Amino acid sequence: MSTTVPASDHRIYDPAETLPRPELAALQLARLRALVERVAQVPFYRDHLGRRDLSPRSIRSLDDLRRLPFTTKADLRQHQPLGFLAVPRADVARIHGSSGTTGRPTFVAYTAGDLQTWAGLCARFLVAGGLRPEHTVQIAFGFGLFTGGFGLHYGVERVGAAVIPAASGNTRRQLDIMRELNPEVLVCTPSYALTIADGARELGIDPRALPLRYGHFGGEPWTEDMRREIEDQLDIQAFNNYGLSEIIGPGVSGECAAHNGMHIQEDHFLVECLDPETLEPVPEGEPGELVITTLTREAWPMLRYRTRDIARLWREPCPCGRTTMRMSRVAGRSDDMLIIRGVNVFPSQIEEALLRVEGTTPHYLIEVDRPGTLDRVKVQVEIRPELFSDRMDRMQALRERIAREVHTVAGIRTEVELVEPRTIERFAGKAKRVVDRRNLSTD
Amino acid sequence: MKLQQLSLFIENRPGHLGAPLEALAAAGINLVTLSLADTAQFGILRLIVRDWERAKQVLERAGWVVNVTEVVAVDVVDRPGGLAEILKVLEGAGLNVEYLYAFALRREGRSILVLRFEDPDRALQVLDAAGLHGAAAEELFSHLP
Repeated sequence: MSTTVPASDHRIYDPAETLPRPELAALQLARLRALVERVAQVPFYRDHLGRRDLSPRSIRSLDDLRRLPFTTKADLRQHQPLGFLAVPRADVARIHGSSGTTGRPTFVAYTAGDLQTWAGLCARFLVAGGLRPEHTVQIAFGFGLFTGGFGLHYGVERVGAAVIPAASGNTRRQLDIMRELNPEVLVCTPSYALTIADGARELGIDPRALPLRYGHFGGEPWTEDMRREIEDQLDIQAFNNYGLSEIIGPGVSGECAAHNGMHIQEDHFLVECLDPETLEPVPEGEPGELVITTLTREAWPMLRYRTRDIARLWREPCPCGRTTMRMSRVAGRSDDMLIIRGVNVFPSQIEEALLRVEGTTPHYLIEVDRPGTLDRVKVQVEIRPELFSDRMDRMQALRERIAREVHTVAGIRTEVELVEPRTIERFAGKAKRVVDRRNLSTD
Repeated sequence: MKLQQLSLFIENRPGHLGAPLEALAAAGINLVTLSLADTAQFGILRLIVRDWERAKQVLERAGWVVNVTEVVAVDVVDRPGGLAEILKVLEGAGLNVEYLYAFALRREGRSILVLRFEDPDRALQVLDAAGLHGAAAEELFSHLP
């Protein structure tokens, strides 16, 4: 993997990003103790800690983090609205929310201090990804309950660069603004970056000729292939960042110019990587569920929040000089992870493989069963006119290509079944992509 | 001559072959001929019909994926060696037959051969040069019931 970092991109916004590990650990421990004290203001945590007889004094080392209770999305929902608020309502400076999958937003609160911290965290990854005070940034994220727009907005301002709060949608208008104001930086979801490139071509504009040089993308899972596509189509450097509203929003981690994992802002977040079944730590570098503890949040402290996001963590030093642990892209969700003959597989990987073969994702379904002792995976793919040939050899080759790509991306052998259009059941909202027939237990 | 052939993707399951044929029958579309290439899992149904554009529309509206391919139709005298003679000509010209199927015209004592080439125009030239003329469309279709 390439680790060449251009000297000009070696800027670091906050010296805290390069703290020697022992100093960072001491800071984390002090902050963890203060956190345990603070969460006593939240009834949910007070009850948990009381039952386990835990107090700030029981936290003697960072390993004691594992004695603290988990927090799940269901816990947050049960205590809506604002049941996890740890400060008087009068001290709340902002409320954001996530749409979630159930329709009703889950709210999260910030103090003025939290907003300061948040802007600083976003400033860090923006600078790591090329932002300079003289730049102009077009933010094509929604400004609203969603944390993306405002989070990045204040981060850009903190760096001292100019913000164009273009907000999301209206691609034509985005392109007009871009061509009149010449922003060097674009902030949006990765898929919207591709929409902007498409929109430019439709208007007869070469997307590579747009003024953009850097892009900061987040808010949805994406792949390395997509990064290459975005970089190639817009002629920019694309940076990934990660965060979630339950924790703070964007700013939990972000890439540096090495483009090799996202640096976790460890002075503000303790991130564990656990086996979602056993809740034991996975070996370093192995995929697991990220579990995040907020070290400095005032209004909305979270103990061991189960993100359900699957990623890998590693501590190997980065040539950029930051001493922080890095995380991979989010490879999927612990709630849809499949273990096939010992290999962890995510439907998103099958999707990526299909994308490689077809250039677009068709309707598909993953069927898993275990006829004997070995797992068998069948991927059903709906045939589309562009894929169909009257020649049998081409159709057989298509099946083989899909199977080969799935093997390359997900590391498993699959049987590919081509099926007629509209035969895979459609679901309103989130698609059901997996049928697992291995576990038929009824409890 | 060249003909437009319709190809359909069908799953190899009971009822899946009959359904598109029923849809065509309901629309009053008669089949000139058909052939089926299949695997254990799926098949490719290839159809020759007089009004292929309408047939395509009917099938696509009913949800099938339909592909149109130009194929070459050739007259073969119905006697031993008729087909071998044609294949020899094609082989001599280095033309590869992707697939072929045949059907007989009852009244004439002749067979019509349907051949799929990568380059149908070149195949026609080769056949013409060898004095093997493709069946004329009007003639072909005029013999249909």
